[in-house]
Amino acid sequence: MKQQIIVSGLGGQGALTVTRLLAEAAATLGLEVITSETHGMAQRGGTVISMVKVGPFRGPLIPAGAADVGLFLHEKNLGVHRGYLGPDARVFVNSAAPGDYLRVDARKLAEEMGAPVAANLILLGFAAAKDGLFCGVELLERLIEEKLAPRFRDTNLQALRRGVAAATE
Amino acid sequence: MKTQPSKNNHDQRILMGNEAMGRGLVEAGVTLAASYPGTPASEILLAVVATAKETGAAIHAEWSVNEKVAFETALANSYTGRRAAVAMKQVGLNVASDPFMRSAYLGVKGGLIVISADDPGPHSSQTEQDSRFFAMFAKVPVLDPSSPREAKEMVRQAFELSELYELPVMLRPTTRVCHARQNITCETPQVLERPAHFEKNVRRWCATPQFLRELHRELNGKIDGIAAELEFYPAFTPGDGSHPGTCLIASGVAFAHTWDLLEELGLLGQIDFYQVTMPYPLNRDFVKEVNRIYQKILVIEETYPVIELQLANGRVQGRRSGAVPNQGELTPEVIRPILEKYLDLPIKPAAAGPQGDATRPTLCAGCAHRAALYAIRETFPEGIFPGDIGCYTLGMNLGAVDTCHCMGAGLSQAAGFYHAFAASGDGDKIPTIVASIGDSTFFHAGIPALINAVFHGARIILVILDNATTAMTGHQPTPQVGLTAAGAPGHPVLIPELVRACGVGFLRECDPYEVLEFSAVLKDADQYCRSEGGGPAVVIAKHACMLDREARQSQTVYDMCITDCVSCLQCLENFECPALTLDEATDKVVIDGVRCVGCGVCVHACEAGAIEARAKE
Repeated sequence: MKQQIIVSGLGGQGALTVTRLLAEAAATLGLEVITSETHGMAQRGGTVISMVKVGPFRGPLIPAGAADVGLFLHEKNLGVHRGYLGPDARVFVNSAAPGDYLRVDARKLAEEMGAPVAANLILLGFAAAKDGLFCGVELLERLIEEKLAPRFRDTNLQALRRGVAAATE
Repeated sequence: MKTQPSKNNHDQRILMGNEAMGRGLVEAGVTLAASYPGTPASEILLAVVATAKETGAAIHAEWSVNEKVAFETALANSYTGRRAAVAMKQVGLNVASDPFMRSAYLGVKGGLIVISADDPGPHSSQTEQDSRFFAMFAKVPVLDPSSPREAKEMVRQAFELSELYELPVMLRPTTRVCHARQNITCETPQVLERPAHFEKNVRRWCATPQFLRELHRELNGKIDGIAAELEFYPAFTPGDGSHPGTCLIASGVAFAHTWDLLEELGLLGQIDFYQVTMPYPLNRDFVKEVNRIYQKILVIEETYPVIELQLANGRVQGRRSGAVPNQGELTPEVIRPILEKYLDLPIKPAAAGPQGDATRPTLCAGCAHRAALYAIRETFPEGIFPGDIGCYTLGMNLGAVDTCHCMGAGLSQAAGFYHAFAASGDGDKIPTIVASIGDSTFFHAGIPALINAVFHGARIILVILDNATTAMTGHQPTPQVGLTAAGAPGHPVLIPELVRACGVGFLRECDPYEVLEFSAVLKDADQYCRSEGGGPAVVIAKHACMLDREARQSQTVYDMCITDCVSCLQCLENFECPALTLDEATDKVVIDGVRCVGCGVCVHACEAGAIEARAKE
């Protein structure tokens, strides 16, 4: 099993939470995993990108043109990080506007839930339910319960399930 | 993210490189760890604290006031025979360079690891300097991990090497190792029964010049010994003979990238491929063998040619031959064409990495630094604004930060500007000079600069942006907060008392949310500077960081609304709050209700008076 995933967003959107969940999911499945993430100044609202490499890789970076999956927390980032996607990549975007990708208006759904910061998990649930990821929805639910802060557990679970529901709407 | 407590000796966890090194220090029996936060090294000490708490290991962990202090504290701990570590970012090593250089000559007793995290790119630093070069300059051995897992393992090796040769050992991760996460085995910490014992020896611990030549000779002998250690002979992945006389030599994360690229190209196991785990001193037998066996040698390392220079072979392809770029990070996109060219492969058209239009970082909505910096620029439109290192460096976007150099430099630069204008023109034409510095940076390097400014009569304004935390690097407490790294109460050291003790004649505190009052205080400060007998004036801009939830929830929240926006867009240009956005359909500024924290400060940023703050009902 090999899968290379980019998670692209703006600082504060929760790209790191998605990255960590995917890494935990890989480890739970007994797969090797290595990730990279953006820290420091860019976290103050700037463009950020995380990478998740599942399988027998050594380095944490995905070369341009090699990602199998793109999770875009902000549609604006498509222009910036599209180059990382491989020719057959599956691309999931938090967007209200149609395009050459699978989209879910995670921002709107999150606001409806009263949890605007949970758009990250809506997008994750959406991608998992569309069979875009190496791991399934049930595993992600379990990891949210076990690994994320209990304070946000219910909101995070609700957001993931909202994304799953959106995938079949 | 929470991890489960260790139940056995072979517990697998996803750890960030910094967490892996912090964990590794505790597992290897460290008894003191000191650090000053700085990206990409900030999480190492947190992991030491967390692991010590989880395992019950007795460790003194501290956020020292700066890297020099951290180094010297750890050094003396080592003198007592106990294991110690100091962690910092690469420019922190510049600050600690004085004790670091001499520690090579005098040596250590208990193992001492110096973690200096480099930032090729750079992503979040003032330089992309190579700490391995610094290690070579100091004659200190340095290990260069290619992954978080390897970084943790190298902590153990570094302690053993350090104690075997009584030398400090540097561990040099880069950003991509520090901030990578990987599944890693965690083990139970070893407990070393070593009560502190200090054996006096003035010829060594207090060595005057007459002893240093001998100590230098000993140091040279140690380095010769280490250069012959088999454990650090580069790891070899042999080729299949299809590329005779050709080899690749790599270290650090560039090795890992090269490995993945060779696999993708189907060349792994076809070319002789070496991983250098200890770039200095480079194993002497390795140098001889490589120079004897290979006609074609490519070296891939970050960021300076440390291995390349030690190979001392004019045929080597690398940074000095121009085969590898002499600046910037070695990402897979950079390494791939180097390999293609070196191995005479068909050149694949380069896939595009990140393209333009990235969103630049900005101060958070409601950040009091924005209020303070906005007021400074508005109050003194003709002023000169030396800045410093922290979130508030982003004040450059607001036109309120004109220089940014290194920790604490803004204040000394302000004095330098003042003396330049004072000596070269008439007194009335001296511009108002306002330096800004964060609370943590003030403790780190601001105090000597303030004493100097007072003593030499620099008529400048210093604004200390006191948000009660070290925000940029993840909210480490400052000495004023009174909490130690372990969360225990410490003895608070108060900034106003320090300022007064430095001899400053004008000191006022003000909440910058009160923009008009803050501006009036700045004008008073300017008047004091220019008065007879005036000198530096200090204004403390006091307001908690918006990322501190408790502080945010305890402040007044307004309902913000914009009516009759005149589309001048001045607020976007001059104030740059992420909660103010342009509605492109109407060309009017609107409030992003998700990001707005209701601080009410932007009311001052609209000349047309269109922004209104209403008290919540």
